[in-house]
Order: sequence, then structure tokens, then C-alpha cells
Amino acid sequence: MMVQTPILALFMADLLGLLLLIPAGLFALQVLRHWDPSSGRAQQLRLEKRTPLVAAILGLVLLTQILALPLFVHTVDRMALQIVGAMCAVGTLNANFWGLPALLLRIGLFFLAAAWLLMHRMDKLAPDYPLIRAKYGLVLLILPLAAVTAGVQLAFFLQLDPDVITSCCGSLFSQGSESVAAHMAGLPALPTMFALYGTIGLALAAAGVYLRWRRALVPFGILATLSFPVAIAAIVAFLSLYVYEHPLHHCPFCLLQPDYGRIGYALYLPLFGATAIGLGLALSAAFARRQSLRDVLAAAAPPLVITAAAGLTLFAALAAWITSQSNLILIGY
Amino acid sequence: MTELRRTLARQRYLLDYTVASMSRRRTRNLGLLLVYVGMVFLLASVLFYSSALKHEAGLLLAEAPDIVVQRMVAGRHALIPAQHAESLRGIRGVRVVEGRLWGYHYDPAVRANYTLLVPPADDVEPGTAVIGPALARARGAGIGDVLSFRGQDGTLHPFRIAAILPQESALASADLFLVAESDFRALFGIPEGQYTDIALQIPNPREERTVAEKVLEALPDSRPILRAEMLRTYDAVFDWRSALVLLPLSGALLAFAILAWEKASGLSADERREIGILKAVGWETGDILSMKFWEGGLLSLLAFLFGTAAAYWHVFGLSAPLLAPVMQGWSVLYPDFRLTPAIDATQLLALFCLTVLPYLAATLVPVWRAAVTDPDEVMR
Repeated sequence: MMVQTPILALFMADLLGLLLLIPAGLFALQVLRHWDPSSGRAQQLRLEKRTPLVAAILGLVLLTQILALPLFVHTVDRMALQIVGAMCAVGTLNANFWGLPALLLRIGLFFLAAAWLLMHRMDKLAPDYPLIRAKYGLVLLILPLAAVTAGVQLAFFLQLDPDVITSCCGSLFSQGSESVAAHMAGLPALPTMFALYGTIGLALAAAGVYLRWRRALVPFGILATLSFPVAIAAIVAFLSLYVYEHPLHHCPFCLLQPDYGRIGYALYLPLFGATAIGLGLALSAAFARRQSLRDVLAAAAPPLVITAAAGLTLFAALAAWITSQSNLILIGY
Repeated sequence: MTELRRTLARQRYLLDYTVASMSRRRTRNLGLLLVYVGMVFLLASVLFYSSALKHEAGLLLAEAPDIVVQRMVAGRHALIPAQHAESLRGIRGVRVVEGRLWGYHYDPAVRANYTLLVPPADDVEPGTAVIGPALARARGAGIGDVLSFRGQDGTLHPFRIAAILPQESALASADLFLVAESDFRALFGIPEGQYTDIALQIPNPREERTVAEKVLEALPDSRPILRAEMLRTYDAVFDWRSALVLLPLSGALLAFAILAWEKASGLSADERREIGILKAVGWETGDILSMKFWEGGLLSLLAFLFGTAAAYWHVFGLSAPLLAPVMQGWSVLYPDFRLTPAIDATQLLALFCLTVLPYLAATLVPVWRAAVTDPDEVMR
């Protein structure tokens, strides 16, 4: 177990989020069972009064994730120093089974919380709570996810031991202290490149279709969401190689280091933003059975679609720029 | 665009109102702010200090030899014979093998330990010494003065001070006492052909582990220590110490969260009436919530700024007088050094998670409770 301040901070953030989400989950159950806007019963009034609290809780959970995600990555990256064979964050994450799942769960939690807030915004704009059931169903998904994330992260840090000098450090060499795998295997470059620009191209086309004819909001949302895993695969498969100008260094985290101009932030921020908006829009539109919500979406969705499309364009443009100006030749003529 | 502008304008008016309403309850808010700043200050001091020490240790160890070979006898560090050094010279990948002589000497006059060292170049004249700045200060010694030590055989060994080391490298050299090899051997009674340990230089860092294994094979009674291991250990130790200092502070953190909860939920009759009137004139629950969040946000921002600024000054300006005894170690002749500012985003993020998140979480429910108050409930 490593006792470190950032780790304590991460635990506390998770714990606070869970403490707030548990009552929110109980409330969600009540909403799903008893919600009836036509009734004037005291219970319905109580439920209506409580919805802003749940929104505030989810807002805080999202804020926590926005803070915890970079904190987690930075902490893990720094700890590479204390683990034999780990060169950067990938090495630490590979030090035991729980590292990568913890990161992925955290990213998932971030997207769900962001999507929830977007749905909540749409829901508030309509007069008759059209998304209330979908929203609180999602809370019931977020709560266990947050609990699992906290648990997996705890397991990860508990099993992580710094390799410090022992009274007889011969043991360090002889007793098979395995050096952790510091590499991430990447997909082949060329197909991944096609997949990346293809997915983003399709998403942009769907955005165009929506802005012109007000159709295909769900496909746009799905494509924008799908862009995230494809883009991450692309970063691991070829973008990082072009940045480091090294044919074997696949790390998606070293991009955040000052050595590479922190270019990772320029890549990840628009990508995360676009994906969060895409997911929120896809979920909102998928549950838009009532006319009121369709009207709300018609008014509120276009600027969001433009924002998400701009984020994806920015990512693709930056990726193309990195590829073009790199000195590394990955794909032969 | 007009909608965005409207939203922004709305938030600006809310902010205006919040600032006015906070300044109306100045004492109450100032009290909370003071506690909040204190909390941030404490945590930030610990974080900044430990990272500065880690930074400093990293700088020091950058100069350390790649591998240090010590001889172990019955689990204790013992002198290593020069033949050992010879057998290490044959290992492929080792460029320089160097026997080192160093040790400690307790000086009853200032009740402190000095680090005696024979510099590798052996450029100190016999009978003279070059000393560290803290040592010079403690003994009030200048160039040309004579310091005498009682040797292992009871005789006095006088050393004329030839030079004082510069202040810049104080963390490493504060208590140093550089002497010639012959003087060192005479003072401690170490026979010729014996060394304290052996330093190896390995040009290719990827060969270090292999060389260390070969050292262990060639000299089973030895203990090779890699520089990377030292770095790892220092890093872990400083992290661990700062977390140990922080753990007891978690009680204070809890107390702070309770205070914030109390302050946010104990609405005065005045405030309740204010909220009631606001709602009666058309404010919605969401507006009151936004106003209250602005209040918490402003308070947190101010506390965070003041707290970190004060901690920065405390650690890098004053060299952390409140923390030094716990975090540095226990040496008496500790150097009087200024730490190089070393702050990164990780620490600020961790600090934010440790202070602002608990505050926001603790005030969430009370704020909501205040916001859903019905106007007729309070104005009746």
C-alpha cells in the first residue's frame, strides 16, 4: 500500500461522491415508483422539490470526476519512479490487474455524469418532465458504477508496493522481481487511421444532416460517442508514435508531459467534450417520445451539435497536423 | 448567441447580488473564511514542502554514483578491503571503480555529528580541512582557524581550515568536513587497503541491474545499492511522511466540514426572510441555488488563493518553520537552506480535492434546504 497525499485525495473524492450518490439513488427509486405529475399529493410535491438537490449532487459528482481524472493520471505517472521497470503511467497501471480498469471506470463515470447533466438541462427546459424516468434510471446506473470505481481504485492502490531498498537488497535482483510491462500494444497504424478519420467523418456528416434537415440526432450522438474509443485507439496505435517520433512508444499519457508541449491536453479536451455532449444528446433524443421534448431539442440541440462537431474537427485536424509534421515515417510509400 | 449572453448576464447579476449579500454578513463570512484559509494553508504547506524536499533529494542524487557497493558482516555495514575493488574492475560495463572513505564524528562542543569525507580527488592537504557552511557557523570558525578532534587513540588531531564550502549546496554540504586520506585513516584508525564502501560508475544505465547481479555473484558478502533505488526510496519516504502528517489533519478536515455544514444550515431569521422575499418577488429555486453556490464558490476561491499563497510564502520564503522538524529528519546541524519552488498541477489538484470538495459536499444539502423554502413559510 502506498500512502500518498494525492491517493488520499482521490479516496476522499470517491467517498464523498458515494456518500452523496447513495441518497440520490434512494430518491431515484422513489421517483421511478411514485412519480405522477398529474397528482397533487404531498409525496409528488416532495419529489418535485427534491429534484434540484439530485441535480446539484450529480453536478458535484461530475466536478469530482473532472478533477479526479487528471489527478489519477498524474499521480500514477509520478509513481512510476517508485516502481521497478515502470517508465511512465502505463508501467504503474500495469503493475497490477486493477490499474487499467480503474482508469476506464473513471472515464465511464465522467461521461455518464456529464450526459446526465445534459439530459437534466433538456428536461428542465420542457414543462412536463419528459425525461424524468430515463434520468433517474441513469442515476441507478451511475451509483453502482461509482461504487465499483472506488472499490477498484482502492484495490489498485492497496496492491501497489513501492520497491524501496530493503535491508538486503540482493533480494531485489535475485528473487525474480519482475519488471512490469511498460508497453502498450497498438493496433496496426493504417487501418486505425482509416477508422479514426472515417468515424469522425461520418459523425460530421451526421451533424450536417441534423443541422440541415433536423434528423438523425441519435446517429450523430452515437457516432460522436463512438469517436472516443476509436480516437483513443488511434492515439495508442499511431498518434503517440508520431508525437514521440519513436516507433515503439505507444503511451497515451506521456502526451500530457511538458516534454511534448502538453499536446495531450489539446487532443483530449475537445475529444472528451465532444463525446460527453454526443452521449448526452443521444440519450436525450433516444427518449424523446413526447412532443414537448422534441420541441426543446429542436431549439437547444443545434448549438450543442455544433460544439461537439467543432470538438471532433479540432481533434481530427490536430491529429492530421501531428502526422504531417512528424519526422517519423510509419507508413511506407 | 443571444441566449448565451442572457445566461451570462443572469449569472453576473446573481454574482453581484451574492457579493452584496455576503458583505452584509461580513463577520460571519470572515470567520468561516479564516478557518477555511487556515485549513488550505496547513494542507498546502505539507504538500509543497514534501515535493520541494523530493525535488531537492532528486537534485542531490543526480550526482551520486550509479552503484554503491557495501560489505555486510553479520547484517551490518563493514569496511570493504581494496581487493574487493580489484575484483569489481573486471566486470564488463563498469567504467570507474573507486574506494570511498567517509564517516561521522560526534563533536561534543556543539552536540552534533559531522560528516567526514575524503574527497575523491584527494586535493586536501594533510593537516588541513575544508568545511561546510553550517559547521563553520556552529563552531564560529573561519579560514585559517584550527579545529581539533580527539581521535580513536585519544590523541588530538588539529585541522587548519583551508576553505569553507559555498552556501548554494547547503543541503548536501552543511555538515561536511573534508580531510586528506592520511588524516582520515589516522583519526579513525582505518588501516591502509580498507575503504568505507566502493562507488561504481556505469555509463549505460540499462546495464545497472545486470552489473549489480554480477557484483553480488563476485562478492557474496556485499550489498550493491543502485542510485535508482535510492531515488525510489527517498521519493517513497517523503511521500509517506507527508501523508503521515496529513492523516491526523483529516480530523481537522472533518471538523471543518462540520463547521461548514453548521454555518450553511443555521440560517438566521434574517436570511430566511430574505430568501422568502426573493421567492415572493419571483426568484425560482434554481436562482437561489445558483446564488448560494456562487457564495460557496467565491468563499472557496478566496480561501484557496489566500491559503496557497500563504503556504507558498511559509515554505519557500521562510523554509517552513512549522513543518521542518517533522518532515526533514532529526539532524542537529541542519542546513539553513531555501527550497527551490517546485509546485505542479498534481499538488494543486490534490489540494483542491482535499479542501474544496468537502466544503461543497458539506454545504450541498443545507443550501438546497434553504433554496426550497416556501415564501409563505417564512413570511407568515
